Amino acid sequence: MEPTWGALAWQGLAAIVTLGIFSFLAGDNPFYKIIERTWVGVTTGYWLMLLYHTSFHDKVWVNIVVQHKWWYILPTFLGLLMWLRLSRKLAWISRYALAFYIGISTGIYIPLAFKNFVFLQLEGAVRPISFDAAGINFVIALVGLTCSLSYFFFSKPHTGILGGMSKAGILTLMIGFGAGFGLTVMGRVALLVQRVIFLRDYSVNLFGKIF
Amino acid sequence: MANGARAEERRWYDRLLVVDRRWIYLILALAVILPAIVPFDVSTGISTEVRRVYGFVDDLKPGEVVHIAIDYDPSTLAELHPMTEAILRQAFNRGARLIFTTLSQFGPAMAEEMITRVAAETGKKRGVDYTFLGYKPYPGITILAMGSNYRVPFPTDYYGTPVDSIPMMRDIHNFRNVKGVIALAGGNVADFWIQYGNAKYGVPLGLGVTGVMASDYYPYLQSGQIFGLIPGMKGAAEYELLAKRQGQGSRGMPYQMTTHLVILVFMVITNIAYLAQRAARKRAGEVRR
Repeated sequence: MEPTWGALAWQGLAAIVTLGIFSFLAGDNPFYKIIERTWVGVTTGYWLMLLYHTSFHDKVWVNIVVQHKWWYILPTFLGLLMWLRLSRKLAWISRYALAFYIGISTGIYIPLAFKNFVFLQLEGAVRPISFDAAGINFVIALVGLTCSLSYFFFSKPHTGILGGMSKAGILTLMIGFGAGFGLTVMGRVALLVQRVIFLRDYSVNLFGKIF
Repeated sequence: MANGARAEERRWYDRLLVVDRRWIYLILALAVILPAIVPFDVSTGISTEVRRVYGFVDDLKPGEVVHIAIDYDPSTLAELHPMTEAILRQAFNRGARLIFTTLSQFGPAMAEEMITRVAAETGKKRGVDYTFLGYKPYPGITILAMGSNYRVPFPTDYYGTPVDSIPMMRDIHNFRNVKGVIALAGGNVADFWIQYGNAKYGVPLGLGVTGVMASDYYPYLQSGQIFGLIPGMKGAAEYELLAKRQGQGSRGMPYQMTTHLVILVFMVITNIAYLAQRAARKRAGEVRR
């Protein structure tokens, strides 16, 4: 489908903004600064209105004023207490609201963190070994895990078997960091690639429309 | 004179190690532009973790419900949009009913554009075949609340329609009523899904993440906390290959190849220069002794 002039105008603005941001690679310049500040202004305004509608309007206004759920006054009151942090004299009162928040989040977080990061991970690391490709992968991962853990065991000098294991542990960690670096490069390049594809498609559409 | 003498002493490896970064940008730019001018294809292997997500969606029966969490914003759109589009298209074509949410503050408008576009292309109706509940802040709390009842954090959908009056949502209350969650996350929202969605409520969880995040989530794959993982643009290209429909992921692979080759060459050259410089310094030290 052939793009309209209106769509091309918006895409043209996006192309100018993209080139303006890329211009920073050659050095800081007024073109880049204008676009950077515009972006900061737009995102701040967008987020502010989004928070107003999703937090204040939906949680406070609708519940209390429209639906008369009066019990929502209590959390609203706790929320208002947080604003007292702006006063030097009354800042201590905000700690009551913080105490509720920290108490509830800690109570939810700690048991789940143990289950998620410790118990389920341990369960995944210790299981029957199958005699297929998955089994070999599992054994390699298990050896890597044991050696990596031994590298962080400091109660005994890293000599003999422990020394060998800790060296293998370093190698495992280096492979992990290398994989992480490779994936990071892929991620960063993807951002660039998407913009280049956009600029290419825009140029093709624009020239197609004109000629 | 002294400066001139020092400049003369600078060998090839010294010059390579202090090359102006703008030359690197220029060469990278040329590497990225090349596939745009001379298009070519790159063959892509398919990994088990991507195949599992594809298999999960492919096994859906008409009417089954899947929650798709579009938890990213335009800053990671390049990596996550292609896989989201491929999953949406496949799930809609399977006849599944989809619940969409976004827990990233800059995501709602972007997510809505894609959902309505793909739904229109596949002939799906809002409120019957899919529901977009929109955005709510504080992802951890929102996921916990959705596990109890979708109506707690989302009394209305993105368009202000009460959830109770949406035909599709009548028999859907919480995660027990969905076959699984596929979270496409560009930040730590993925952690919240694992911790609160899977560990607390036991909902089957598949992840699509950015390349930067991918290595952090492989341990969850081995432990079975997630059933599949789509890592970055490469993962999206694999998914598109499985779905037999070329998209932005596959289109990006030639660009990825040329850029990665250039980066690899840079790394090799820099390491050679570094080793040569170190050897020269060692020799100079021996002479002094």
